[in-house]
Amino acid sequence: MAATSIWANKMRSFLTMLGIIIGISSVIVLVGIGEGTRKQVQNQIEKLGTNLITVNLTGRRNVGLSNSEIEELKTKPGIKSIAPSLQSSVNLKAGTKTYSTTLEASTPEYSEIRKINVSSGRFITKRDVENRYQVAIVGIDVANELYGTTNVVGQSMQVNGVSFTIIGVLEPQGSSMGGSGDDRIIVPLSTAQRLLKNTEIRTFYIEASSKDEVNNAKGYLELFLSKKFKNDTNSYRVFDQTSLLDTANETSKSMTMMLSGIAAISLIVGGIGIMNIMLVSVIERTREIGIRKAVGAKRRTILVQFLIESAGISCLGGIIGVLVGFLTAHGIKTLLKMPVSISGIVVVGSVTFSVVVGIIFGMYPASKASKLNPIDALRFE
Amino acid sequence: MEESECRALDNKEVNFMAEVFKNSEVIKMTGIGKTYKMGSSEYVALKNIDLTIHKSEFVAIIGPSGAGKTTLMNIIGCLDTPTQGEYILDGINTKCSDNKLAEIRNSKIGFIFQNYNLLPRLSIIENVELPLLYMNIASREIRERALEAIRKVGLEFHIKHKPTELSGGQMQRVAIARALVTKPQILLADEPTGALDSKTGKEILQILKDLNDEGNTIVLITHDMNIASEAKRIITIKDGEIISDVPNEKFYKGVSVCS
Ligand SMILES: Nc1ncnc2c1ncn2[C@@H]1O[C@H](COP(=O)(O)OP(=O)(O)OP(=O)(O)O)[C@@H](O)[C@H]1O
Ligand SMILES: [Mg+2]
Repeated sequence: MAATSIWANKMRSFLTMLGIIIGISSVIVLVGIGEGTRKQVQNQIEKLGTNLITVNLTGRRNVGLSNSEIEELKTKPGIKSIAPSLQSSVNLKAGTKTYSTTLEASTPEYSEIRKINVSSGRFITKRDVENRYQVAIVGIDVANELYGTTNVVGQSMQVNGVSFTIIGVLEPQGSSMGGSGDDRIIVPLSTAQRLLKNTEIRTFYIEASSKDEVNNAKGYLELFLSKKFKNDTNSYRVFDQTSLLDTANETSKSMTMMLSGIAAISLIVGGIGIMNIMLVSVIERTREIGIRKAVGAKRRTILVQFLIESAGISCLGGIIGVLVGFLTAHGIKTLLKMPVSISGIVVVGSVTFSVVVGIIFGMYPASKASKLNPIDALRFE
Repeated sequence: MEESECRALDNKEVNFMAEVFKNSEVIKMTGIGKTYKMGSSEYVALKNIDLTIHKSEFVAIIGPSGAGKTTLMNIIGCLDTPTQGEYILDGINTKCSDNKLAEIRNSKIGFIFQNYNLLPRLSIIENVELPLLYMNIASREIRERALEAIRKVGLEFHIKHKPTELSGGQMQRVAIARALVTKPQILLADEPTGALDSKTGKEILQILKDLNDEGNTIVLITHDMNIASEAKRIITIKDGEIISDVPNEKFYKGVSVCS
C-alpha cells in the first residue's frame, strides 16, 4: 500500500528523499574520510614501533645529555637503546642542481629505533660517527631531485657547501605526519655537530626493550630528567607512541563528531521535508482516509499506514544516499588519493537513522491523518 | 387452520413471538437527537428519533432536502455520534470507543454512497477487498470472499480494472460488492441511484431487492418515490423528525393473519 503511494508520486517522493539522500551520502563520505585518515595515522604510528619513546629537551640553557649520561641510561632496565637526534634544514648542491631539505643527524641505533632501512648502500656505522666521516644517506625524493635517479650510492654532493659522499638511499617511506620521510638526508651525529656548529642535542629517541616496558622506561626517564633539571618539568617532554596514538585518535574523533553533527543537521532538514510532504499528502488523501475509516480502519491502522509510508520514503532515501555516498567516496579515493574507509556500522547506522527520522517526522502528519473525523473526511472535496 | 378458523394466540405463544421479534432487532434507537454547533448558534438536525428496524427489513427513508436523512444514516452507520439518546446496534450500545466503532463499521455495516467513494488508485478487486484487510483473515480467504461478492453484482470480468474505467452503474456495483463482502448486519445506501440514469438506477435497485430477498437488512435513502415504493417500509422525515412510518401497502395488500 505504502509502496504504491510512493510510486504513484515518483517525482515528489524523489524530491522529498533528496534531503535524506544528501544527508546520508555526506555522512558516508565525511565519516569515511575521517575514519580513513585516522586509520592511516594509526598505521603510521604503529609502523614507527610502539616501543618508541621520544624525549624533547625544551629548556633554554644548553643542557643536553652527555655521552656518559647516555651510556648510563642505556644500562637501565627497560631501555634498549638510545639515539640522539639533531635536525636542521640545509641546502644541497650536486653539479649545478641545488635543493633544500631536512638534515637529520644521529647514530647507528637510529636505524633500528625508528625502523628506517636503506634500499641500497648502508646506514651510518659507529666508525662514521667516531671519525666524523662526511657521509650521508639520502631519501628517494632528494636523490630524484638532485640526480634524477635513485641509483646514487657513491655520488658526492655539497651540504651547506661541505662535500659529502652518499653511502645509502632510504627505503621509500611515504608521507607521514610532519612532512615526507623521503625528503631528507641522514648524516652521522658528530659530523653534523661540526657542520652546523651546534652541539646542542634536544631530541632523543629511546627504544624500550618491549611494549610492556614502555611505561617503566618512561617513568625512569622522567625521574632522571626531573633530577637533572631540578624539578623544572617545563624543560623536557617525554612521550611515547601510545600518547601520540591517543592524541591522533582524539583529534580524529572530534573531527568525526563535528562532521556527524553537520550531517545530522542535514538529516533533520531532510526530515522536515518529509513532514512537509506528508502533511500535504494527508490533505490530498483526506477522502481516502475517510473511505478507509468508513469501511473499518482504526486510528492505529491509518497511523501505521502513514508512518510506514514516511519511513519507507526515508529508508529508500537512506539506501540511495548510501549508494551515492559509496560512489562519491570511491571517486575521492581514486581521484584525490585520499584515504577513505567505510565501515558497515556507519552504513547500517545511517540507514537506521534515516528510518528513525522518517518515523519521527512522519508521526505528526500520521497522527493528524488518524484523527480525522470520517464524515468530515468523506465530505472533503 | 384448514378450516379457516380464527383463534386468538394464547399467552405463551404471544410471549414467544415477542421474544423472536425482539431478538431480530438490528437497530434500536430511542430519543436520538443531533445538534450541530456552528460558532455560537446551534442547528438541530435530528430530534427525538425513535426507530426500530428488524432483521431482513427493507426500509426506505424519504423526506425533503435538508430534512436530516443523511445525518440519520451516518448515525445508523456509526460514522457519526448522536448528541442525545441511545442507539443499540445488534445488541451493542454504540456509546463506545473510537476503536470499537471502527470495528462495528467494519463488521456490521455496509455503506453504499451516492458518489460511490471508491479508491481511484486501487483496482476493483482491491477496492472490494479493502474492508477485509481491516479484519483478521488470511489473504487467500480475502481474495475468495472478494471474488464471491464481485460475482454477486456481476462484475467478475472487470476485477483488474481501475474504478475510473467503469461506468457509474458499474462503480455502484463495485461499491455494493464492497459493502457486501463482510456479510454485514445492515446495508446502508444513501441515494445509491442519485447519480445514475433511471434504467441503471433500476438495475441497482434490483440488486438491492435480490439481496433483501436473501435476508439482508437494507436501509435506503432516496428522493425518488418510485424507488421508495419498492421498499417494504417507508419512513418519512421532515425537519429532523419522523413524521410517518408505514408498511408499503403494495406488499401487504390482501395479507391478513386470517384467511
Ligand atoms: N456538519 C454539519 N454542520 C452543520 N450543519 C450540518 C452538518 N451536516 C448537516 N448539517 C445540516 O443538517 C441538516 C440535515 O442535513 P442532511 O445532510 O442530513 O440532509 P438530507 O436530508 O440528507 O438532505 P439531502 O436530501 O439534500 O441529502 C441540513 O440543514 C444541514 O445543513
Ligand atoms: Mg443527504
